[in-house]
Amino acid sequence: MSKNSPEKADPSSEAKKTISLPISRVRLIMKSSPDVSSINQDALFLTTKATELFVQHLALSSFNNGCGKETNSLSYSDLAKTAEESETFHFLTDILPKKILARDYLKSLEQMQEEDADF
Amino acid sequence: MAEKPEDLNLPNAVITRIIKEALPDGVNVSKEARRAISQAASVFVLYATSCANNFALKAKRKTLNAGDVMAAMEEMEFERFLEPLRAALEVYKKGQKGKKEVSEQKRKEKKQADGEHEKNKEDEEGEDEEEQRMEEEPEEGEEEVEN
Repeated sequence: MSKNSPEKADPSSEAKKTISLPISRVRLIMKSSPDVSSINQDALFLTTKATELFVQHLALSSFNNGCGKETNSLSYSDLAKTAEESETFHFLTDILPKKILARDYLKSLEQMQEEDADF
Repeated sequence: MAEKPEDLNLPNAVITRIIKEALPDGVNVSKEARRAISQAASVFVLYATSCANNFALKAKRKTLNAGDVMAAMEEMEFERFLEPLRAALEVYKKGQKGKKEVSEQKRKEKKQADGEHEKNKEDEEGEDEEEQRMEEEPEEGEEEVEN
């Protein structure tokens, strides 16, 4: 009986002042991890908030360490640079690979083949 | 269960707003950079979840709790988030608690004055309706139709 207090209102509505990302979407991402069985409301809230802090932190440090400061811009290469150089953002290197020109890639491929041919 | 892959993305509009708020005024963020940050955020959620889950497993719990998430942040070397997270959680909990107290009080009143609870309910429902009406004010701005 004590459990059916009027909780009809969406609990996330309370959090609207403190977080802007949708809690439901964050829950979906968390649940997509196979070994997670359940997540309590506080943990869900904290993860959502942490994700917002993460976005801010990633954007700001990439801007500050990037090369777009004069042009007032943030580009993909600034992010890739941050992922590569910063220890805490290192887990992003897989999804933020450094871009190289096809021309350079082909050149290095050619070089590798030449080296192979030498043997 | 069967979810579309795009369900695992975070809403672009919200991500863009958070980026804008973090950077100095007038910084131009390329579309590619925004998409990359959004994807990075999804990966961050998964990474944090997996770390937090390890802490829960170690403690033989099946449910992730706030402590697990905090421990995960520390392990991921995002200690700088701990303080703001604590503060935000407090605000959040206060909101939740306020709600609970209201409903608990309602219940007590119900028990004490079994006959009078009808009146209370009516009053509250009246308030609710008013709030809804305010929120549902018709939006007549149709500026975007023209494009």
